[in-house]
Amino acid sequence: MKLVEHFQYGLNSPICLTWELTYACNLACVHCLSSSGRRDPRELSTAEAKGVVDELQKMQVFYVNIGGGEPTVRPDFWELLDYAIDHQVGVKFSTNGVKLDQKRAQQLANTDYVDVQISLDGATAAVNDEVRGPGSYVTAMRALENLAAAGFVKPKISVVMTRQNVDQLDEFAAIADKFGAQLRITRLRPSGRGADVWDELHPTAAQQRQMYDWLVARGDNVLTGDSFFHLSAYGEALPGLNLCGAGRVVCLIDPVGDVYACPFAIHENFLAGNVRSPGGFEEVWRSSELFLSLREPQTGGACRSCGFYDSCQGGCMAAKFFTGLPLDGPDPECVRGFGEQALAARSAEAAVPRSDVDHSRRGRKAPVALTLGVRPDKACETSPLVGTSADARLGPAAARA
Amino acid sequence: MWKRSPSTACAVSTSTDQGAGPAAAGPAFDPDRPYRCSPSVALRPEPFGALVYHFGTRKLSFLKTPQLLSTVQALADQPDVHSALVAAGVTAEQRPSYLRALAGLAASGTIEERT
Repeated sequence: MKLVEHFQYGLNSPICLTWELTYACNLACVHCLSSSGRRDPRELSTAEAKGVVDELQKMQVFYVNIGGGEPTVRPDFWELLDYAIDHQVGVKFSTNGVKLDQKRAQQLANTDYVDVQISLDGATAAVNDEVRGPGSYVTAMRALENLAAAGFVKPKISVVMTRQNVDQLDEFAAIADKFGAQLRITRLRPSGRGADVWDELHPTAAQQRQMYDWLVARGDNVLTGDSFFHLSAYGEALPGLNLCGAGRVVCLIDPVGDVYACPFAIHENFLAGNVRSPGGFEEVWRSSELFLSLREPQTGGACRSCGFYDSCQGGCMAAKFFTGLPLDGPDPECVRGFGEQALAARSAEAAVPRSDVDHSRRGRKAPVALTLGVRPDKACETSPLVGTSADARLGPAAARA
Repeated sequence: MWKRSPSTACAVSTSTDQGAGPAAAGPAFDPDRPYRCSPSVALRPEPFGALVYHFGTRKLSFLKTPQLLSTVQALADQPDVHSALVAAGVTAEQRPSYLRALAGLAASGTIEERT
Protein backbone atom coordinates (compact mmCIF):
# COMPACT_ATOMS: atom_id res chain seq x y z
CA MET A 1 0.00 0.00 0.00
CA LYS A 2 1.30 3.44 -0.85
CA LEU A 3 1.96 5.86 1.97
CA VAL A 4 -0.86 8.14 0.91
CA GLU A 5 -3.29 5.22 1.05
CA HIS A 6 -2.21 4.53 4.60
CA PHE A 7 -2.94 8.15 5.40
CA GLN A 8 -6.42 7.88 3.92
CA TYR A 9 -7.18 5.06 6.32
CA GLY A 10 -6.05 7.14 9.26
CA LEU A 11 -3.12 7.10 11.64
CA ASN A 12 -2.74 6.20 15.33
CA SER A 13 -2.34 9.90 16.04
CA PRO A 14 -2.66 12.99 13.87
CA ILE A 15 0.44 14.06 11.96
CA CYS A 16 -0.25 17.48 13.34
CA LEU A 17 -3.31 19.31 14.41
CA THR A 18 -4.71 22.78 14.69
CA TRP A 19 -5.56 24.00 18.14
CA GLU A 20 -7.45 27.24 18.44
CA LEU A 21 -6.88 28.57 21.93
CA THR A 22 -9.50 31.27 22.01
CA TYR A 23 -12.31 32.75 19.98
CA ALA A 24 -11.27 36.19 21.21
CA CYS A 25 -9.65 38.41 18.61
CA ASN A 26 -8.66 42.03 18.37
CA LEU A 27 -9.41 41.98 14.67
CA ALA A 28 -12.55 41.12 12.74
CA CYS A 29 -11.28 39.78 9.43
CA VAL A 30 -14.09 39.46 6.96
CA HIS A 31 -13.09 35.93 5.97
CA CYS A 32 -12.35 34.54 9.45
CA LEU A 33 -12.64 30.77 9.18
CA SER A 34 -13.75 30.43 12.80
CA SER A 35 -16.02 33.50 13.03
CA SER A 36 -13.90 34.71 15.90
CA GLY A 37 -14.24 37.89 17.93
CA ARG A 38 -15.57 37.29 21.42
CA ARG A 39 -14.07 34.93 23.96
CA ASP A 40 -16.28 31.97 24.81
CA PRO A 41 -16.81 31.56 28.56
CA ARG A 42 -16.49 27.80 28.19
CA GLU A 43 -12.95 27.96 26.81
CA LEU A 44 -10.47 25.47 28.22
CA SER A 45 -8.80 26.61 31.42
CA THR A 46 -5.03 26.72 31.74
CA ALA A 47 -5.08 23.39 33.59
CA GLU A 48 -7.32 21.79 30.97
CA ALA A 49 -5.12 23.08 28.15
CA LYS A 50 -2.07 21.61 29.85
CA GLY A 51 -3.96 18.33 30.11
CA VAL A 52 -4.43 18.39 26.34
CA VAL A 53 -0.69 18.98 25.90
CA ASP A 54 0.00 15.97 28.13
CA GLU A 55 -2.23 13.85 25.92
CA LEU A 56 -0.57 15.10 22.74
CA GLN A 57 2.81 14.25 24.20
CA LYS A 58 1.65 10.76 25.07
CA MET A 59 0.21 10.30 21.58
CA GLN A 60 3.44 11.63 20.06
CA VAL A 61 1.85 14.48 18.21
CA PHE A 62 5.08 16.25 17.57
CA TYR A 63 3.73 19.68 16.91
CA VAL A 64 0.58 21.72 16.87
CA ASN A 65 -0.52 24.70 14.87
CA ILE A 66 -1.92 27.10 17.40
CA GLY A 67 -4.37 29.72 16.28
CA GLY A 68 -7.62 31.36 17.24
CA GLY A 69 -9.04 33.91 17.38
CA GLU A 70 -5.83 35.66 18.27
CA PRO A 71 -4.05 33.17 20.52
CA THR A 72 -1.68 35.70 22.06
CA VAL A 73 -4.50 37.63 23.71
CA ARG A 74 -4.99 34.69 26.09
CA PRO A 75 -3.23 35.79 29.26
CA ASP A 76 -1.77 32.29 29.70
CA PHE A 77 -0.59 32.02 26.07
CA TRP A 78 3.13 32.28 26.91
CA GLU A 79 2.76 29.85 29.79
CA LEU A 80 1.04 27.30 27.53
CA LEU A 81 3.65 27.84 24.81
CA ASP A 82 6.46 27.01 27.24
CA TYR A 83 4.51 24.08 28.66
CA ALA A 84 3.97 22.53 25.23
CA ILE A 85 7.60 22.94 24.23
CA ASP A 86 8.77 21.48 27.53
CA HIS A 87 6.60 18.44 26.78
CA GLN A 88 7.97 17.70 23.31
CA VAL A 89 5.04 19.26 21.54
CA GLY A 90 6.50 21.79 19.14
CA VAL A 91 4.43 24.88 18.48
CA LYS A 92 3.76 26.95 15.44
CA PHE A 93 1.37 29.73 16.14
CA SER A 94 -0.51 32.05 13.86
CA THR A 95 -0.89 35.62 14.93
CA ASN A 96 -1.80 39.00 13.55
CA GLY A 97 1.24 40.28 15.44
CA VAL A 98 -0.58 42.44 17.96
CA LYS A 99 1.46 41.22 20.95
CA LEU A 100 4.82 40.78 19.23
CA ASP A 101 6.63 43.77 20.66
CA GLN A 102 10.43 43.85 20.95
CA LYS A 103 10.42 41.99 24.25
CA ARG A 104 8.22 39.14 23.05
CA ALA A 105 10.14 38.94 19.78
CA GLN A 106 13.35 38.51 21.78
CA GLN A 107 11.72 35.87 23.97
CA LEU A 108 10.61 33.94 20.88
CA ALA A 109 14.06 34.22 19.32
CA ASN A 110 15.43 32.61 22.46
CA THR A 111 12.96 29.71 22.39
CA ASP A 112 13.59 26.48 20.53
CA TYR A 113 10.86 24.58 18.76
CA VAL A 114 8.63 27.53 18.13
CA ASP A 115 7.56 28.84 14.78
CA VAL A 116 5.70 32.07 14.23
CA GLN A 117 3.35 32.76 11.42
CA ILE A 118 2.20 36.30 10.77
CA SER A 119 -1.05 36.67 8.87
CA LEU A 120 -1.03 39.13 5.99
CA ASP A 121 -3.64 39.17 3.26
CA GLY A 122 -2.36 42.00 1.13
CA ALA A 123 1.12 43.07 0.08
CA THR A 124 -0.08 46.65 0.48
CA ALA A 125 -1.99 48.20 3.35
CA ALA A 126 -4.90 48.99 1.04
CA VAL A 127 -5.47 45.39 -0.01
CA ASN A 128 -4.67 43.88 3.40
CA ASP A 129 -6.72 46.24 5.55
CA GLU A 130 -9.73 45.83 3.31
CA VAL A 131 -9.98 42.25 4.53
CA ARG A 132 -8.23 42.27 7.90
CA GLY A 133 -9.22 45.70 9.13
CA PRO A 134 -7.67 49.14 9.52
CA GLY A 135 -4.18 49.16 10.99
CA SER A 136 -3.64 45.43 10.61
CA TYR A 137 -0.99 45.83 7.90
CA VAL A 138 1.07 48.13 10.08
CA THR A 139 0.70 45.74 13.02
CA ALA A 140 1.94 42.80 10.93
CA MET A 141 4.89 44.77 9.57
CA ARG A 142 5.91 45.93 13.03
CA ALA A 143 5.82 42.35 14.29
CA LEU A 144 7.99 41.21 11.38
CA GLU A 145 10.43 44.04 12.04
CA ASN A 146 10.63 43.11 15.72
CA LEU A 147 11.22 39.45 14.92
CA ALA A 148 13.93 40.30 12.40
CA ALA A 149 15.61 42.69 14.83
CA ALA A 150 15.57 40.02 17.54
CA GLY A 151 17.18 37.52 15.20
CA PHE A 152 14.21 35.18 15.04
CA VAL A 153 15.02 32.76 12.24
CA LYS A 154 12.63 32.46 9.35
CA PRO A 155 9.16 33.35 10.56
CA LYS A 156 6.34 32.59 8.16
CA ILE A 157 4.15 35.12 6.41
CA SER A 158 0.79 33.50 5.84
CA VAL A 159 -1.42 34.77 3.07
CA VAL A 160 -4.95 33.72 2.23
CA MET A 161 -5.25 34.05 -1.53
CA THR A 162 -8.06 36.26 -2.73
CA ARG A 163 -9.18 37.86 -5.94
CA GLN A 164 -7.54 41.08 -4.73
CA ASN A 165 -4.09 39.71 -3.91
CA VAL A 166 -3.30 37.03 -6.51
CA ASP A 167 -1.57 39.71 -8.57
CA GLN A 168 0.63 40.53 -5.57
CA LEU A 169 2.34 37.14 -5.30
CA ASP A 170 5.73 38.55 -6.34
CA GLU A 171 5.33 41.40 -3.88
CA PHE A 172 4.54 38.98 -1.05
CA ALA A 173 7.68 37.05 -1.94
CA ALA A 174 9.66 40.30 -1.81
CA ILE A 175 8.25 41.14 1.63
CA ALA A 176 9.21 37.68 2.87
CA ASP A 177 12.74 38.15 1.51
CA LYS A 178 13.03 41.54 3.14
CA PHE A 179 12.31 40.10 6.60
CA GLY A 180 14.15 36.81 6.15
CA ALA A 181 10.76 35.12 6.33
CA GLN A 182 9.19 32.30 4.41
CA LEU A 183 6.05 32.84 2.40
CA ARG A 184 3.07 30.61 2.95
CA ILE A 185 -0.04 30.89 0.83
CA THR A 186 -3.30 29.12 1.48
CA ARG A 187 -6.67 28.75 -0.05
CA LEU A 188 -9.67 30.87 0.93
CA ARG A 189 -12.43 28.62 2.17
CA PRO A 190 -16.10 29.52 2.56
CA SER A 191 -15.84 28.66 6.26
CA GLY A 192 -16.96 30.83 9.16
CA ARG A 193 -17.40 34.43 8.03
CA GLY A 194 -15.61 33.34 4.86
CA ALA A 195 -18.99 32.08 3.70
CA ASP A 196 -20.25 35.67 3.58
CA VAL A 197 -17.49 36.91 1.33
CA TRP A 198 -16.44 33.86 -0.62
CA ASP A 199 -18.38 34.77 -3.76
CA GLU A 200 -16.60 38.11 -3.93
CA LEU A 201 -13.17 37.14 -2.69
CA HIS A 202 -12.38 33.72 -4.06
CA PRO A 203 -9.99 33.80 -7.01
CA THR A 204 -11.43 33.59 -10.49
CA ALA A 205 -10.77 30.57 -12.69
CA ALA A 206 -8.08 32.53 -14.54
CA GLN A 207 -6.47 33.50 -11.23
CA GLN A 208 -6.45 29.90 -10.09
CA ARG A 209 -4.42 29.06 -13.14
CA GLN A 210 -2.20 32.05 -12.40
CA MET A 211 -1.56 30.80 -8.85
CA TYR A 212 -0.81 27.31 -10.08
CA ASP A 213 1.64 28.58 -12.68
CA TRP A 214 3.27 30.83 -10.10
CA LEU A 215 3.65 27.93 -7.66
CA VAL A 216 5.16 25.70 -10.32
CA ALA A 217 7.58 28.43 -11.41
CA ARG A 218 8.44 30.12 -8.13
CA GLY A 219 6.97 27.96 -5.38
CA ASP A 220 10.02 25.97 -4.33
CA ASN A 221 10.38 27.73 -1.04
CA VAL A 222 6.75 28.66 -0.64
CA LEU A 223 4.61 26.74 1.83
CA THR A 224 1.04 25.94 0.90
CA GLY A 225 -0.30 23.84 3.74
CA ASP A 226 -1.16 21.41 0.98
CA SER A 227 -4.23 23.55 0.48
CA PHE A 228 -4.15 23.79 -3.31
CA PHE A 229 -4.28 20.12 -4.12
CA HIS A 230 -7.39 20.75 -6.20
CA LEU A 231 -5.11 22.64 -8.61
CA SER A 232 -3.02 19.55 -9.27
CA ALA A 233 -5.54 18.63 -11.94
CA TYR A 234 -3.92 21.31 -14.10
CA GLY A 235 -1.08 18.91 -14.67
CA GLU A 236 2.00 18.56 -12.55
CA ALA A 237 1.07 17.72 -8.98
CA LEU A 238 2.05 20.43 -6.53
CA PRO A 239 4.35 19.38 -3.69
CA GLY A 240 2.38 17.78 -0.92
CA LEU A 241 0.36 14.74 -0.11
CA ASN A 242 -2.51 15.90 -2.26
CA LEU A 243 -5.24 14.51 -0.15
CA CYS A 244 -7.86 15.76 2.24
CA GLY A 245 -6.45 14.92 5.66
CA ALA A 246 -9.59 15.76 7.62
CA GLY A 247 -10.06 13.28 10.46
CA ARG A 248 -7.43 11.08 8.83
CA VAL A 249 -4.14 12.82 9.54
CA VAL A 250 -5.26 16.21 10.88
CA CYS A 251 -8.07 17.68 12.94
CA LEU A 252 -9.03 20.75 14.94
CA ILE A 253 -9.40 21.27 18.67
CA ASP A 254 -11.44 24.43 19.15
CA PRO A 255 -11.25 26.77 22.15
CA VAL A 256 -14.02 24.97 24.08
CA GLY A 257 -12.39 21.58 23.46
CA ASP A 258 -14.62 20.47 20.62
CA VAL A 259 -12.81 18.27 18.11
CA TYR A 260 -13.65 18.84 14.46
CA ALA A 261 -12.40 17.01 11.38
CA CYS A 262 -10.56 20.08 10.14
CA PRO A 263 -10.12 23.77 10.97
CA PHE A 264 -12.33 24.73 8.06
CA ALA A 265 -15.18 22.48 9.14
CA ILE A 266 -16.57 24.03 12.30
CA HIS A 267 -20.07 22.64 11.96
CA GLU A 268 -21.98 20.01 13.91
CA ASN A 269 -21.76 17.62 10.95
CA PHE A 270 -18.00 17.48 11.42
CA LEU A 271 -17.93 17.48 15.21
CA ALA A 272 -16.29 14.30 16.47
CA GLY A 273 -16.37 14.89 20.24
CA ASN A 274 -14.84 16.95 23.02
CA VAL A 275 -11.53 16.66 24.83
CA ARG A 276 -13.37 17.02 28.15
CA SER A 277 -15.29 13.78 27.62
CA PRO A 278 -14.08 10.51 29.19
CA GLY A 279 -11.08 9.18 27.30
CA GLY A 280 -10.15 12.70 26.23
CA PHE A 281 -8.74 13.61 22.86
CA GLU A 282 -7.22 10.20 22.28
CA GLU A 283 -10.59 8.50 22.50
CA VAL A 284 -12.13 11.02 20.09
CA TRP A 285 -9.30 10.62 17.59
CA ARG A 286 -9.26 6.84 17.66
CA SER A 287 -12.91 5.94 18.11
CA SER A 288 -15.29 8.69 17.10
CA GLU A 289 -17.90 7.52 14.64
CA LEU A 290 -17.26 10.52 12.40
CA PHE A 291 -13.52 10.00 12.14
CA LEU A 292 -13.91 6.27 11.57
CA SER A 293 -16.31 6.98 8.72
CA LEU A 294 -13.92 9.52 7.17
CA ARG A 295 -11.24 6.82 7.19
CA GLU A 296 -13.31 4.45 5.10
CA PRO A 297 -12.49 4.20 1.40
CA GLN A 298 -14.05 7.10 -0.50
CA THR A 299 -15.94 6.36 -3.68
CA GLY A 300 -15.32 9.58 -5.57
CA GLY A 301 -19.02 9.88 -6.37
CA ALA A 302 -19.73 12.11 -9.33
CA CYS A 303 -15.99 12.68 -9.81
CA ARG A 304 -15.19 9.02 -10.13
CA SER A 305 -15.17 8.93 -13.90
CA CYS A 306 -13.04 12.08 -14.17
CA GLY A 307 -9.54 11.41 -15.43
CA PHE A 308 -8.13 13.88 -12.91
CA TYR A 309 -9.69 12.33 -9.83
CA ASP A 310 -6.39 10.80 -8.78
CA SER A 311 -4.80 14.25 -8.84
CA CYS A 312 -7.38 16.29 -6.98
CA GLN A 313 -9.31 13.63 -5.01
CA GLY A 314 -12.46 15.68 -5.45
CA GLY A 315 -11.00 18.67 -3.65
CA CYS A 316 -11.87 20.20 -0.29
CA MET A 317 -14.68 18.79 1.81
CA ALA A 318 -15.28 22.06 3.66
CA ALA A 319 -15.35 24.10 0.44
CA LYS A 320 -18.04 21.83 -0.93
CA PHE A 321 -20.07 21.67 2.25
CA PHE A 322 -20.24 25.41 2.89
CA THR A 323 -21.18 26.17 -0.70
CA GLY A 324 -24.02 23.66 -0.54
CA LEU A 325 -22.43 21.14 -2.88
CA PRO A 326 -22.53 17.37 -2.30
CA LEU A 327 -19.42 16.02 -0.59
CA ASP A 328 -18.92 13.33 -3.21
CA GLY A 329 -19.06 15.75 -6.13
CA PRO A 330 -16.68 18.34 -7.55
CA ASP A 331 -14.98 21.08 -5.55
CA PRO A 332 -16.55 24.53 -6.16
CA GLU A 333 -13.22 25.58 -7.65
CA CYS A 334 -12.76 22.43 -9.75
CA VAL A 335 -10.27 23.40 -12.42
CA ARG A 336 -12.35 21.75 -15.11
CA GLY A 337 -15.28 24.00 -14.28
CA PHE A 338 -17.57 21.28 -12.93
CA GLY A 339 -17.80 23.10 -9.62
CA GLU A 340 -19.05 26.27 -11.22
CA GLN A 341 -21.63 24.24 -13.10
CA ALA A 342 -22.70 22.59 -9.87
CA LEU A 343 -22.96 25.95 -8.11
CA ALA A 344 -25.07 27.32 -10.95
CA ALA A 345 -27.31 24.28 -10.79
CA ARG A 346 -28.03 24.60 -7.06
CA SER A 347 -31.69 25.16 -6.57
CA ALA A 348 -32.55 28.57 -5.21
CA GLU A 349 -34.45 27.03 -2.31
CA ALA A 350 -31.63 24.72 -1.26
CA ALA A 351 -30.27 25.88 2.06
CA VAL A 352 -26.51 26.33 2.18
CA PRO A 353 -25.32 24.99 5.55
CA ARG A 354 -24.07 27.54 8.04
CA SER A 355 -22.13 26.96 11.19
CA ASP A 356 -24.00 27.70 14.37
CA VAL A 357 -20.69 28.47 16.07
CA ASP A 358 -20.27 32.22 15.75
CA HIS A 359 -18.27 34.43 18.07
CA SER A 360 -18.28 37.48 15.83
CA ARG A 361 -18.50 40.69 17.75
CA ARG A 362 -21.88 42.20 17.31
CA GLY A 363 -21.97 45.26 15.14
CA ARG A 364 -18.71 44.57 13.34
CA LYS A 365 -19.53 41.52 11.35
CA ALA A 366 -18.80 40.97 7.71
CA PRO A 367 -18.73 44.47 6.31
CA VAL A 368 -17.93 43.07 2.90
CA ALA A 369 -21.11 41.13 2.44
CA LEU A 370 -22.65 43.54 -0.02
CA THR A 371 -19.95 45.66 -1.53
CA LEU A 372 -16.30 45.01 -1.10
CA GLY A 373 -14.78 48.22 0.00
CA VAL A 374 -17.35 49.31 2.52
CA ARG A 375 -15.82 48.86 5.93
CA PRO A 376 -16.84 50.25 9.25
CA ASP A 377 -14.60 52.97 10.46
CA LYS A 378 -11.87 52.23 12.96
CA ALA A 379 -14.00 53.81 15.67
CA CYS A 380 -16.63 51.12 15.46
CA GLU A 381 -14.03 48.45 16.10
CA THR A 382 -14.60 49.07 19.76
CA SER A 383 -18.21 50.14 19.85
CA PRO A 384 -21.06 47.98 18.68
CA LEU A 385 -23.17 51.08 18.18
CA VAL A 386 -21.01 52.97 15.76
CA GLY A 387 -20.50 52.23 12.12
CA THR A 388 -23.65 50.38 11.33
CA SER A 389 -24.68 52.81 8.63
CA ALA A 390 -23.74 56.46 8.56
CA ASP A 391 -20.25 55.89 9.83
CA ALA A 392 -19.26 53.52 7.07
CA ARG A 393 -16.52 54.89 4.94
CA LEU A 394 -15.85 54.00 1.37
CA GLY A 395 -12.78 51.92 0.89
CA PRO A 396 -10.56 52.09 -2.17
CA ALA A 397 -12.48 49.48 -4.11
CA ALA A 398 -15.74 51.30 -3.73
CA ALA A 399 -14.11 54.62 -4.40
CA ARG A 400 -12.87 53.34 -7.72
CA ALA A 401 -16.28 52.05 -8.68
CA MET B 1 12.42 4.04 0.97
CA TRP B 2 11.93 7.23 2.87
CA LYS B 3 11.34 10.73 1.84
CA ARG B 4 11.03 13.99 3.55
CA SER B 5 7.45 14.98 3.50
CA PRO B 6 6.93 17.79 1.09
CA SER B 7 3.88 18.59 3.11
CA THR B 8 1.85 17.19 5.90
CA ALA B 9 -1.62 17.42 4.52
CA CYS B 10 -2.16 19.85 7.27
CA ALA B 11 -4.88 22.18 6.32
CA VAL B 12 -3.38 24.82 8.47
CA SER B 13 0.08 23.69 8.12
CA THR B 14 3.39 23.47 9.40
CA SER B 15 6.98 24.26 9.20
CA THR B 16 7.63 21.07 7.35
CA ASP B 17 6.00 21.53 4.04
CA GLN B 18 8.83 22.44 1.81
CA GLY B 19 10.22 19.65 -0.26
CA ALA B 20 13.90 20.20 -0.13
CA GLY B 21 16.13 17.24 -0.71
CA PRO B 22 18.30 15.67 1.94
CA ALA B 23 20.17 18.10 4.10
CA ALA B 24 23.55 19.45 3.20
CA ALA B 25 26.30 16.90 3.10
CA GLY B 26 27.70 15.84 6.44
CA PRO B 27 30.26 13.09 6.88
CA ALA B 28 29.80 10.30 4.35
CA PHE B 29 27.58 7.42 5.38
CA ASP B 30 29.71 4.41 6.26
CA PRO B 31 27.74 1.24 7.03
CA ASP B 32 30.81 -0.40 8.52
CA ARG B 33 30.67 2.03 11.42
CA PRO B 34 28.35 2.23 14.45
CA TYR B 35 25.30 4.52 14.17
CA ARG B 36 22.35 5.57 16.25
CA CYS B 37 19.08 7.38 15.90
CA SER B 38 19.74 11.06 16.60
CA PRO B 39 18.79 12.10 20.14
CA SER B 40 16.92 15.03 18.55
CA VAL B 41 14.66 12.62 16.70
CA ALA B 42 11.41 11.04 17.85
CA LEU B 43 9.96 7.99 16.14
CA ARG B 44 6.26 7.21 16.20
CA PRO B 45 5.35 3.73 15.00
CA GLU B 46 2.44 3.65 12.55
CA PRO B 47 1.00 0.80 10.47
CA PHE B 48 3.13 1.79 7.46
CA GLY B 49 6.37 2.15 9.41
CA ALA B 50 6.94 5.29 11.41
CA LEU B 51 6.64 9.02 11.55
CA VAL B 52 9.98 10.71 12.16
CA TYR B 53 10.21 14.12 13.74
CA HIS B 54 13.46 16.00 14.11
CA PHE B 55 13.09 18.49 16.92
CA GLY B 56 16.18 20.37 15.82
CA THR B 57 15.26 20.97 12.19
CA ARG B 58 11.50 20.61 12.82
CA LYS B 59 11.30 18.38 9.79
CA LEU B 60 8.84 15.58 9.51
CA SER B 61 9.60 12.50 7.47
CA PHE B 62 8.49 8.91 7.20
CA LEU B 63 10.00 5.48 7.49
CA LYS B 64 8.04 3.63 4.91
CA THR B 65 8.37 0.06 6.17
CA PRO B 66 8.20 -1.46 9.66
CA GLN B 67 11.54 -3.13 8.96
CA LEU B 68 13.24 0.18 8.36
CA LEU B 69 11.91 1.28 11.73
CA SER B 70 13.31 -1.89 13.32
CA THR B 71 16.64 -1.22 11.66
CA VAL B 72 16.83 2.36 12.92
CA GLN B 73 15.87 1.21 16.41
CA ALA B 74 18.51 -1.55 16.30
CA LEU B 75 21.38 0.75 15.31
CA ALA B 76 22.30 1.82 18.83
CA ASP B 77 22.82 -1.74 20.03
CA GLN B 78 24.80 -3.00 17.06
CA PRO B 79 28.48 -2.55 16.23
CA ASP B 80 27.75 -1.41 12.68
CA VAL B 81 24.90 -0.78 10.25
CA HIS B 82 25.20 -4.20 8.62
CA SER B 83 24.56 -5.90 11.96
CA ALA B 84 21.52 -3.72 12.55
CA LEU B 85 20.12 -4.82 9.18
CA VAL B 86 20.64 -8.46 10.15
CA ALA B 87 19.05 -7.88 13.55
CA ALA B 88 16.00 -6.33 11.87
CA GLY B 89 15.67 -9.33 9.58
CA VAL B 90 16.47 -7.46 6.36
CA THR B 91 17.36 -9.98 3.66
CA ALA B 92 20.42 -9.81 1.43
CA GLU B 93 18.18 -8.95 -1.51
CA GLN B 94 16.65 -6.00 0.27
CA ARG B 95 19.93 -4.78 1.66
CA PRO B 96 20.95 -2.37 -1.15
CA SER B 97 17.69 -0.46 -0.98
CA TYR B 98 17.86 -0.30 2.81
CA LEU B 99 21.42 0.99 2.67
CA ARG B 100 20.30 3.72 0.29
CA ALA B 101 17.47 4.62 2.64
CA LEU B 102 19.82 4.72 5.61
CA ALA B 103 22.26 6.90 3.70
CA GLY B 104 19.38 9.32 3.17
CA LEU B 105 18.55 9.21 6.88
CA ALA B 106 22.17 9.96 7.70
CA ALA B 107 22.19 12.89 5.29
CA SER B 108 19.09 14.37 6.91
CA GLY B 109 20.46 13.94 10.43
CA THR B 110 17.86 11.36 11.41
CA ILE B 111 20.61 8.88 12.19
CA GLU B 112 24.18 9.73 13.07
CA GLU B 113 27.47 7.99 13.62
CA ARG B 114 28.09 7.23 17.26
CA THR B 115 31.47 7.35 18.85
